[in-house]
Amino acid sequence: MNTIADVRRTLPRAAWWITCLCISILVLYPLYIMLAQSLKTPAEATENPPTLLPHQLSVDNYKALAHTGQVGIWTHIGNSLTVSIGATVLTILLATLAGYGFAKLRFRGSGVLFFLILATFMIPFQAIITPLFSILQSLELRNSLLGLTLVYTTFQLPFGIFLMRNSFASLPTSIEEAALIDGCGFFSAMTRVLLPVAIPGVISTALFTFFTCWNEFFAALILVTDETKFTLPVTLTVLASNQLGTLNWGIMQAGVAVTAVPCIILYLLLQRYYVAGLIAGAVK
Amino acid sequence: MTETTSPPTTAPGTPAPVPARSAGPRLSYRGRRQLMGVLLVSPALAVVTVFFIIPLIMTFWMSLNDWPLLGNHHFVGLANYRRAIHDTDWLHAIGFTLKYTVLITPVLLITALALAFLVNRSGRAARAFQSLFFLPVVIGFAAAAYLWLYLAQPGLGPLSDIAVRLGMGDRDTNWFATATSGLLLVSVMVVWKVTGMQMILLLSGLQAIPGELNEAARIDGAGRWKTFRHVTLPLLRPTLALVLVFSVAGSLLAFDQFYIMTGGGPSNGTITAVYQIYRTSFINFELGYGAALSAMLMVALAAVSALQMLLLRKSDHS
Repeated sequence: MNTIADVRRTLPRAAWWITCLCISILVLYPLYIMLAQSLKTPAEATENPPTLLPHQLSVDNYKALAHTGQVGIWTHIGNSLTVSIGATVLTILLATLAGYGFAKLRFRGSGVLFFLILATFMIPFQAIITPLFSILQSLELRNSLLGLTLVYTTFQLPFGIFLMRNSFASLPTSIEEAALIDGCGFFSAMTRVLLPVAIPGVISTALFTFFTCWNEFFAALILVTDETKFTLPVTLTVLASNQLGTLNWGIMQAGVAVTAVPCIILYLLLQRYYVAGLIAGAVK
Repeated sequence: MTETTSPPTTAPGTPAPVPARSAGPRLSYRGRRQLMGVLLVSPALAVVTVFFIIPLIMTFWMSLNDWPLLGNHHFVGLANYRRAIHDTDWLHAIGFTLKYTVLITPVLLITALALAFLVNRSGRAARAFQSLFFLPVVIGFAAAAYLWLYLAQPGLGPLSDIAVRLGMGDRDTNWFATATSGLLLVSVMVVWKVTGMQMILLLSGLQAIPGELNEAARIDGAGRWKTFRHVTLPLLRPTLALVLVFSVAGSLLAFDQFYIMTGGGPSNGTITAVYQIYRTSFINFELGYGAALSAMLMVALAAVSALQMLLLRKSDHS
């Protein structure tokens, strides 16, 4: 009896470990292949059947990225950084201002406007891409990183405003009033007293916006057609189509790694905020 | 839109607070606060108006016009919509999108639920596995699609190598040769990339259920399955509804994975609704017709959103 009880207690634990480790292998295998393939020598990268371990580590594929396509990978990294950081900063700025306004400085119609902004959650930008294209065209913002930044900002704003409004609304009004009585203006009350408390919300919004913009493909594909202004995800289409027939999968996977690895690192560093923001946004 | 307030005493240009205070301190304080509120909200509103509200209205206006990329557009009434309901390409795209949605939604939900139960424990190991299973979520769809495109290449790809070693197939089997196998392959990629997201959401739902409830059920003599069926599942319903709607909305909007991995082929067998809109508006440059298709998609998504509210509200009252 005792041994059976022992087995019943320890077996689930062992089974749990085995199950989790097996799933981990399934999850990590594609990522391993991405890195391994990108670090093979160009000759080994085209071997059939493929080798599991690179025989010889080489950064040739990464070096080749610098002169593949019209402009090298550095321009595309720059484009992605410009658009992602630009949209993140703009979203944080506008969302903090509006969140504070909606939470603390109510005016006639502010409730309706807040609801209107939240309603944009329901309509994805894929559905309005056609007129967006025409509008950007007439504002001469098509094929421009500024145009893409503004579009991204628009679609990240509702989430940001929602998160920031909730952060500010959860603060007692007395804190703010105390700051105002002490002679602070609205702005300094916001920046000195309220913003520090809202920092987790700011980080969540920033992370979310950055990841979404860095990875966005559909709008970038349509609104930017000039190769020198491509962001990284669209650049991958260039790497895939460049030498079709003699497609170099090593270079291709190096491009994928350049796109994916920064996200993985950023996530591992700041995952607490990322997951918190995700759950807050979902349970809106 | 921003002119909805009328500040009682202080006009926008009045700089000095001192005379205002003498006129009536409480009123002017409120007035200034309201004006400040309008000022803080207006930059965000301006951006949302130009890049969201106007395009939204324009979608419906464009859909009533014949609107080429260059040259003049002219009003055609509902002709675009009449064309759409007889357009076999569009109907195929809708059919394929629904097929994909029906295939992927239960697979994702069950996988994610199983993972959530698996890692719903305390301790460092469980937390590490949570982070690990979530890892593919942070990679973009484009990068993930290109990664899997390589994995599944006939001959070269590691997956065909594994298939050969397991005796499951030929090295040169082309998994992109038929629409069905292409769809299955894309689905495997999506499960790899998206399950972690749903797992985390379901996990937060599971952890919100008080532990005493499960204990009480156990003490009352309910087994594991009965506890799950009668205690956990009903309490998890709001989260399940949420995840379900996310999943359905996401699948109805699928584009990246098919554009990259199958290119819509073979013989247009894997064209989704958004893909067809893309082709109509930006390959054929029939912007008016593309807008009509977009409007139809928008109505479908609004229905999903409405369903979400219904499901969530119902569970609030139960």
